[in-house]
Amino acid sequence: MEEKVVEIQGLMKSFGDLDVLKGVDLDLYKGENLVVLGKSGSGKSVLIKIMVGLLKQDEGSMKVLGQEVSTLGTKALNELRLKIGFSFQNSALYDSMTVRENMEFPLVRNVKNLTRGEITRKIEELLDSVGLPQSINQMPSELSGGQKKRIGVARTLILNPEIMLYDEPTAGLDPITCMDINNLIVQVREQYNTSSIVITHDLTCAKVTGDRQAVLLDGQFKAIGSFDDVFAHAKDGRVKSFYDYNFIDS
Amino acid sequence: MAGDADRKPVLSKKIDKFFTGLASAFSFVKRFFREVFVPPYELKEVVHQCYRIGVESLPLISLTGFIVGIVFTNQSRPSLSEFGATSWLPSLISIAVVRAMGPLVTALIAAGKMGSSIGAEIGSMKVTEQIDAMEVSATNPFKFLVVTRVLATTFMIPVLVMYTDFVALMGSFLSVNANEMVSMTTFFVQVFESISFLDIISSVLKSLLFGFTIGIVGCYKGYNSSKGTEGVGRAANSAVVMAMFLIFIEELLVLQIVNAIRMM
Repeated sequence: MEEKVVEIQGLMKSFGDLDVLKGVDLDLYKGENLVVLGKSGSGKSVLIKIMVGLLKQDEGSMKVLGQEVSTLGTKALNELRLKIGFSFQNSALYDSMTVRENMEFPLVRNVKNLTRGEITRKIEELLDSVGLPQSINQMPSELSGGQKKRIGVARTLILNPEIMLYDEPTAGLDPITCMDINNLIVQVREQYNTSSIVITHDLTCAKVTGDRQAVLLDGQFKAIGSFDDVFAHAKDGRVKSFYDYNFIDS
Repeated sequence: MAGDADRKPVLSKKIDKFFTGLASAFSFVKRFFREVFVPPYELKEVVHQCYRIGVESLPLISLTGFIVGIVFTNQSRPSLSEFGATSWLPSLISIAVVRAMGPLVTALIAAGKMGSSIGAEIGSMKVTEQIDAMEVSATNPFKFLVVTRVLATTFMIPVLVMYTDFVALMGSFLSVNANEMVSMTTFFVQVFESISFLDIISSVLKSLLFGFTIGIVGCYKGYNSSKGTEGVGRAANSAVVMAMFLIFIEELLVLQIVNAIRMM
């Protein structure tokens, strides 16, 4: 049986009167890329923020690498976070630091006894793998949206995570850059042997990057399976309509 | 599970919001004192922030201090000359500058310059998820952003206050020298005869308090700014207003305490 790296059961989360997640069940298996699709505000990002302890669920269970996230203390949570790479929607590069400093930031704080040469070598290797070796001394403000995303991914990879979480990796990018980012997500899985959750509402991204698709509607997963299973044989009208980039409210 | 938004206000929404805000500010300060003594200490960032707060403020502080010294001397001269007491100018100016004007002017300028800058910077980091990014990379953003900045303002404001005192006294000396033909030695001998150890100690302690206030208010407002660019602007603005308000209250309280000590 395949090893589960993330197990979610009956997860519920509300913000005031708004119930965002209403009993979500989902598993992520080792080595797979799982795409979570859903319209804006459906709780996709909330789900992965609970996974890294940025938010706390109201009810239900969220186990990551066998550990119940909500019960972890600060130290244990930080140890778990080192095994999870989080690529933010807007890249979240520290805008007062150069690319080198951005990438050094998590490394020097979490990996002890590294020499200056080892740090530089690691940074250069990762920048090479995302195709931006020349950006090392640039400021984030000098980079394009696609370049920022790539650097953001490189920064998360610097700690060798086991799980990668991508929050809207292609949002706001042109189709060619989107394709580059999609290929990067696939490449990261192959090169670094990660398991990933990709949050998106871009179906091209979903098709290229995902082994399985999960469609989140009304706070619950309405369909989970391969791209063809989910969309070709969709019983739920809204899932089908998602395929046509069109939502019909019930 | 009911969130904060579901809770019914106890008295009225405004009063409820006021006390909730107060509790939140109190727990922010409490967290600062809990985190400041625990490693890692982020010393490099503290030094960087000290440089930003100290060195980058020097031109503005120098100009303001110098002008305050000249203006205060020129404004005081007519009143003293009515009693033929212009020779008391160095004493009067030194007491006023060291006891009140130096710390107050420096703190108000720093609140405007640093308070808004800290509030806007941290607010913008919050809005663009940079603080979340630090947190998920197992770095404590509170320690890196808040503790370092509050320490930097707390330690740098007293240094800036001493510098302002010096520059203001130099401005005053130029005015006194030009009008009363008093030498620098005479001027400064009179200055140091007039100020006591208590004046200097209270000035330094007050400056530490002002520095802490500017840093913690700026960080608190930025750290709790709501989403969006409007929230960042509001955080910067309210950081200045709140810091200035607290500085005046602290000035009043410290004055009462020092006066009580003087009477003992």
